[in-house]
Amino acid sequence: MRRLLLLALVACTHAEPAPTPAPEAKSADPIASFATVKTVLQSPRCVNCHPAGDQPLQGDDGHAHQQFVQRGPEGRGAIGLACATCHGKANPPASYGLHMPPGVSTEWRLPPPEHRMVFAGVAARALCEQLKDVRQNGGKDSAALLHHVSEDPLVLWGWSPGTGRKPVPVAHADFVKAWKSWTDAGAPCPPQG
Amino acid sequence: MKLNVNGTVHEVDAPEDMPLLWVLRDVLGMTGTKFGCGMAQCGACTVHLDGQATRSCVLPVSSVGSRMVTTIEGLSPDGTHPVQKAWAEVDVVQCGYCQPGQIMSAAALLAHHPNPTDAEIDLALAGNICRCGAYQRIREAVRAAATQRRADR
Repeated sequence: MRRLLLLALVACTHAEPAPTPAPEAKSADPIASFATVKTVLQSPRCVNCHPAGDQPLQGDDGHAHQQFVQRGPEGRGAIGLACATCHGKANPPASYGLHMPPGVSTEWRLPPPEHRMVFAGVAARALCEQLKDVRQNGGKDSAALLHHVSEDPLVLWGWSPGTGRKPVPVAHADFVKAWKSWTDAGAPCPPQG
Repeated sequence: MKLNVNGTVHEVDAPEDMPLLWVLRDVLGMTGTKFGCGMAQCGACTVHLDGQATRSCVLPVSSVGSRMVTTIEGLSPDGTHPVQKAWAEVDVVQCGYCQPGQIMSAAALLAHHPNPTDAEIDLALAGNICRCGAYQRIREAVRAAATQRRADR
């Protein structure tokens, strides 16, 4: 029974407009629960730092990050243009206005190049298998994955993303509930296609 | 609050959410660091926080804490930091407005990576915009500074 799941989600916490409870989260069907997980992981707050290439994305429309920002050798940006150059320890005050670089108490980052954890454009089954594969998920076991989605400040940021950004469209509690429902059932993956 | 800038601890009376850049320029009178866009898009406001290039225009001063701020005024006591010397030798500057930010980014890059390739220089300085388009000379000066730093060691 593999309980090795992952999620190097970089961004997903508390709310602005009240997130809509996902109907799947109420179901005990683990495949339906995974659909809720997928909705979260592929929302802009998560996908923007889990891109298909090495350039992160920005905004609710997922445009390429300005300044040609790159993942870098450790996922913390290029040498000399680290994520921390602009992303501080908290979102800037609302009085600063729109389009300010958001921040988080730990550190802004992407998954490192050794395990990129691409969420952008990945089909459900492939996303599911990637999450469970310790060779791809940074060696996270089931407990580490649950901790990541439940408590990592960078993940939680997705629910309080600062002025002008939509939070993850599923309530965090519903996301974690769906995650547990899926993993407690053995983390089955949906069929191909 | 206390603020360590260029090795001197200042007692600063400023609102907690005031950007560090405003404190540097308007409270402490250090006008070498420039205001460009006010949203971390152009790099003109770049300073070092514990040696890390940082955009001071979007950083609330209260978040600096005990970290050491270095501005262009404090990069060297007499303008002889290898990057500053290279900038003069290559005659990089046209209008000059973005140059403090460019120099601070270049200095931070070389402190972490003494021998960058041209591609690495371009990536590191991609967040520093030069309206005059002096990018070729900027890259040349960074290369020259890297060479000088290695020779000095």
